[in-house]
Amino acid sequence: MQEGDNDLTKQHKGEPLGERIIVHGHVYDEDKRPVPDTLVEIWQANACGRYVHNVDQHPAPLDPNFTGAGRAIADKNGYYRFITVKPGAYPWGNHHNAWRPNHIHFSVFGHSFLSRLVTQMYFPGDYLFPFDPIFNSVTEEKARERMVSKFDLENTIPDWALCFRFDIVLRGREATPQDTDKH
Amino acid sequence: MSEITPSQTVGPFFAYGLAPHSRCEWRPEQGKDVYDWKNTATADLVTADTSGTKIRIEGRVLDGDGMPINDAMLEIWQADAQGRYAHPADNRPRPNTRFMGFGRSATDKNGVFSFDTIKPGSVPGPNGKAQAPHIVFCIFSRGMLRQIYTRLYFPDEAANAGDPILTLVPPDRRGTLIASKETQGEMPVYRFDIRVQGDNETVFFEI
Repeated sequence: MQEGDNDLTKQHKGEPLGERIIVHGHVYDEDKRPVPDTLVEIWQANACGRYVHNVDQHPAPLDPNFTGAGRAIADKNGYYRFITVKPGAYPWGNHHNAWRPNHIHFSVFGHSFLSRLVTQMYFPGDYLFPFDPIFNSVTEEKARERMVSKFDLENTIPDWALCFRFDIVLRGREATPQDTDKH
Repeated sequence: MSEITPSQTVGPFFAYGLAPHSRCEWRPEQGKDVYDWKNTATADLVTADTSGTKIRIEGRVLDGDGMPINDAMLEIWQADAQGRYAHPADNRPRPNTRFMGFGRSATDKNGVFSFDTIKPGSVPGPNGKAQAPHIVFCIFSRGMLRQIYTRLYFPDEAANAGDPILTLVPPDRRGTLIASKETQGEMPVYRFDIRVQGDNETVFFEI
């Protein structure tokens, strides 16, 4: 970890193209207590919907000023914050005319290997939701909503960047770690 | 009912975010101006103050047809050689203060992963009954909605016979959790292949 790892727009000589955004939120445990000091890692496509990964062959341009990976340590209140650009939608070969909604991949640790979470954060009101088998692999509507960030006008920075809030709730409870130690 | 954030697949493109200096090749040819990224986790768990027997764990992640999965990620958690965890819930004195007992490896084009670590000691289990030395494995892969968990046990441990978790597993499937031992020079190498489905599927734990 080093300073700047949570600002994906400052990892190269110039600024990446695309819509600059702030993504922030809190990491909680199942009792809605903050999970402090935990590692949050993200990776994403660039604004054109292209990953820097060489397996991604989508014919959209790479951005020489954007890698698309970041990480942050949530503070003592479980709060984390990233600055990035809004990832583009992109096609994938799953079925005819399959497109992924805009999303950012998240990896979060929490208290132990039981709370370990890898998920994807979506943007509110995406028209691709009904067609995406990955989003809909979560079968319960209420649960799917928990993967969708909320537009956050209050923390949007005037003349600079829109803000989205994404709170994350991990399995397990800090107060009674022994209770989760059943296999 | 809890409000847990649902899990989603890790997908095929995680390597440059989670394991950038890894076995997975991800970097595009033109990637000259790259961020000086420092790994958050590595496949080498051994720190300067770590006591115990240094070992290597090596294996492959295989699909239902026995073909290597070349874009999986593995994370391991383990106790130190004295059986102590680097975790706030474990408040016993810990001689190896820098040993975190956590490692991460991606698989390469042949589905191969490896970890350099130390052989863990036995640890207390449920109801105070000792568990045999083991390492928790967590496997992430494209197409899986959530990570899967298994355990590596060592072939040269009499304590396996009384391990409260291993004995939950039907005897004919326990072998999938027990590594085989080789040596490379002085270094003990434990080979541990993980079959995510199909014949001789590795035993995974619901946790």
